[in-house]
Amino acid sequence: MSNIIRESHIMKIHYLTALVAVGFVIIHIMIRFTHGSFANSLEFESVIANYKSIPYAIVLEAMLILISVHGFNGLRIILLELKQGNAYENAVTYGCLAAMIALIAYGSRTIIMASMGMVEA
Amino acid sequence: MTKDGALPKGFERPTVSASPNDSSVQEKYEEVKSSSKTITLRISKFNPEKDLRTAFHAFTVPYQRWTTVLDAILEVKSHQDHSIGVRYSCRQATCGSCGMIINGKPRLACFTKISELDSDVVTVEPMNNFPLIRDLAVGFERMFSTHKRIKPYVIREDSETNPGTKEFLQSPEDVEKYIQFASCIKCGLCNSACPTMTTDSTFIGPQGLAQAYRYVADNRDQGKDERLRIIDEPHGIWRCHFAGSCSQVCPKGVDPAMGIQLLRGYLLGYRK
Repeated sequence: MSNIIRESHIMKIHYLTALVAVGFVIIHIMIRFTHGSFANSLEFESVIANYKSIPYAIVLEAMLILISVHGFNGLRIILLELKQGNAYENAVTYGCLAAMIALIAYGSRTIIMASMGMVEA
Repeated sequence: MTKDGALPKGFERPTVSASPNDSSVQEKYEEVKSSSKTITLRISKFNPEKDLRTAFHAFTVPYQRWTTVLDAILEVKSHQDHSIGVRYSCRQATCGSCGMIINGKPRLACFTKISELDSDVVTVEPMNNFPLIRDLAVGFERMFSTHKRIKPYVIREDSETNPGTKEFLQSPEDVEKYIQFASCIKCGLCNSACPTMTTDSTFIGPQGLAQAYRYVADNRDQGKDERLRIIDEPHGIWRCHFAGSCSQVCPKGVDPAMGIQLLRGYLLGYRK
């Protein structure tokens, strides 16, 4: 992996995703406080209504991508520090990358289906 | 010191350098020992070739207020247990040979007075994160090879040794940027204290990274990009968690943790 992309570039992405994710999480919390009742926010209809608002669905999708990229890179770093060796390091790097893509794909599918009204009570 | 080389009255060292088999010398030693303050020196003993586990051997050692831990170890080695494996050379915190864990903290044995430890028991162990040779002696091969890898010399096309060239002048401000990092004596205490080195056996370590900064910050050097490429790898500079223990234990006042953060500035693009 280090042949494809330098570690400093990965770390720039790591720091940047953390900062931007904090911004989006603040927006998300602000929306929760300002729109509707906070107590009912986890009711099924409220959740589905959130997805149907396109700007809010974009915020959720951005949070999904940012937190997945940051989190799986963090996991890669922790695992690389625990054990060393070429085969292990490649497995960890590509495994984390695959898991990150899978999670983003599955989460995006949920967001898209809910926002298009394909999920009903 | 007097003209004949003897120490002034009251400053005589309690050690005797002759063979402990000489009974008169041994008697003298016992006499000095009984008249001085003593500490219990616990020395970690382990020979990887024949021992299964580390054992701590305790020795009673006389000391004065100027006695260093290295003096005490050599006292034991001279009079009580000749088999203790310890590396030392200059006895003045210059060669960086006698690094060890003293009462739980990495220190130079020649630079640590027993009186400053404020304890009746002094425990000495080999440095962490280094392969053990025997007892208190550890192998420095990896640290030295990492040190070499970061090219610890000024890289540039021309040379001040060529005929017709002048020395490369620097202003005091230029020197100030790196001079503390030039004090490194390669004792390995920073690597021993580093928590990342404990788990990541391929991490460059604070010693190598601080030396990389020393040359990157030197305005005579033209090898910045080359060095930054060497440290910008999965087990390079980014694995530092900024625990700062390297800077805490350095006997020469070098601050590797700061050097690492400054070096990151070059890689993140906010330092040129």
